[in-house]
Amino acid sequence: MINKLVLENLKHRPVRTLLSVLAIAIEVTMILTLVGLSRGMLDEAGRRAKGVGADVWIRPPGSSAISFSSAPMSEGLLKYFGEQPHVTVATGTIAQPIGGIDTVTGVDLEKFSRLSGGFRYLAGGPFQAPDDILVDERYAKQNHLEVGSQLKLLNKQWRVCGIFETGKLARLVLPLARLQELTGNTGKLTQIFVKLDDPKLTNEMVRSFKQKLPDYAIYSIEEFTSLFSVNNVPGLKPFIYVVIAISVIVGFLVVFLSMYTAVLERTREIGILKSLGAGPNYILSILLRETFVLAAVGSLLGILFSFGTRWLILEFAGATLTAMITPDWWPTTTIIAVGGAVMGSLYPGWKAIKQDALEALSYE
Amino acid sequence: MSRSGSLISIHNLSKSYRVGEVTVDALRGVDLEVGASEFLSIVGPSGSGKSTLFHILGGLTPPTRGSVSIDGVNLAEMSDAGRTNMRKTKVGFVFQKYNLLPTLTARDNIAIARHIAGKPLEHDAWFTEVLDLLGISGRLDHKPRAMSGGEQQRVAIARAIVNHPAILLADEPTGNLDTKNSDAVLNVLRGLNERLGQTILMITHNHEAAAYGHRIVNMRDGQIVY
Repeated sequence: MINKLVLENLKHRPVRTLLSVLAIAIEVTMILTLVGLSRGMLDEAGRRAKGVGADVWIRPPGSSAISFSSAPMSEGLLKYFGEQPHVTVATGTIAQPIGGIDTVTGVDLEKFSRLSGGFRYLAGGPFQAPDDILVDERYAKQNHLEVGSQLKLLNKQWRVCGIFETGKLARLVLPLARLQELTGNTGKLTQIFVKLDDPKLTNEMVRSFKQKLPDYAIYSIEEFTSLFSVNNVPGLKPFIYVVIAISVIVGFLVVFLSMYTAVLERTREIGILKSLGAGPNYILSILLRETFVLAAVGSLLGILFSFGTRWLILEFAGATLTAMITPDWWPTTTIIAVGGAVMGSLYPGWKAIKQDALEALSYE
Repeated sequence: MSRSGSLISIHNLSKSYRVGEVTVDALRGVDLEVGASEFLSIVGPSGSGKSTLFHILGGLTPPTRGSVSIDGVNLAEMSDAGRTNMRKTKVGFVFQKYNLLPTLTARDNIAIARHIAGKPLEHDAWFTEVLDLLGISGRLDHKPRAMSGGEQQRVAIARAIVNHPAILLADEPTGNLDTKNSDAVLNVLRGLNERLGQTILMITHNHEAAAYGHRIVNMRDGQIVY
């Protein structure tokens, strides 16, 4: 019977119900999109790192796995690594930030092909001229590029000579020497990749390299990609928590206002229920169930909306941003939304309970 | 029943409340006995205290002094929770403005009273007879906005007696109705009293309406005057 009353109450004020549900849905979507974006970006970076095909990854001293460092390592190290036992290929790249979180990567294509099997070209092919650039499929799609298109980067015009399948190292690739020269980093590298003749020796070789070059950050590829998590990005976790807190506050305020208005509007109805013998628990139960329905439907809608935001991100910013659907966060966001909503309905509920039956019955 | 054999026994009942800084004595030593199956009309001008008496009898507000017992239970000694429980089964209200829940159908407005009292929602044979007597059997699936004032008031009466209350308190039940609907509602109240033995206390300004009762009590300035 209470459920029927709750549903009829929600149907009776469709605009308020819809707005409350939408506000909770947006709260849930915000959280899921942020988490999906964080995880998607890191997962994408990890997948592209794996796509390189290296067994060992070397970064400069004092660097973190996830950073946009310039090029503080000497190219001479390639010779050193190349001479180590079991090393079949040692090659390096340089990464240059080009605004926001985008980078362009300088690559020695011949060595990179030996390392990774090379890019799989969907159109065009390798560099033909000094001002040629390779772009991945997603970047080309977002920026409407095709082979022969012009692209302005680093204050220069580049000609797209090839479009390669996404998932290997970078989205924008220039010849290594050209990028070193343009950025004043001739002879310098951002990172070095090493391929071994037997991948089973990876951990042993990593230990050996670490002993010989103790200041450098040296990882097996498994270890390196495992570092692409929310916990390893400085400030990301607190940022997510701040957004969640803001979302909860927004949800709390919306439900608070909605239920407060509902209690005011239904003053007389609450009086009627009290005249029939309804106690505080009965009245509170109606309001809490109403809140729960709003929060549950809002959460469900928010989860559906998160598919929409993911589609929008991939469709319109897919080269820069990558978002994932994160089902493991659905229960958490639902609990957060329901919890915030229930907190928002407590004061209106208390006000309803405390309402004097006589005053409520005479309320116009 | 109380010691005197009455269903309702009121002795030296007083009620004072404050309006701003002024104390208003709404009831000043009321004594009243009402027997089981009696239909009592309480008549008086505005401010005479009849609504306050009605609210105390209904357990909506406690008395300041004196005793009020319904079916042997003294309301003056009851807590808020006790009075809330009493409203579930001992008293049924009929208000001037019907006070039906606008979002529910007539059937559900009646059912919610059963639900609050913790009773099964299905109608028993007795209540089916009541619905026929009230003439609303065919209107149960309509919401209040689709019903006339007279129909709404008859639904309110059905809701008030669905839990077999000891007393039915009707506060100006015809105050918002035209003559035809007023007569219908008053006839229904008299029918409930005569055929089912329902004890009824009715407050009214209208002397013609009051005449439907077995006995008329006049109130003035918080006291009963004969």
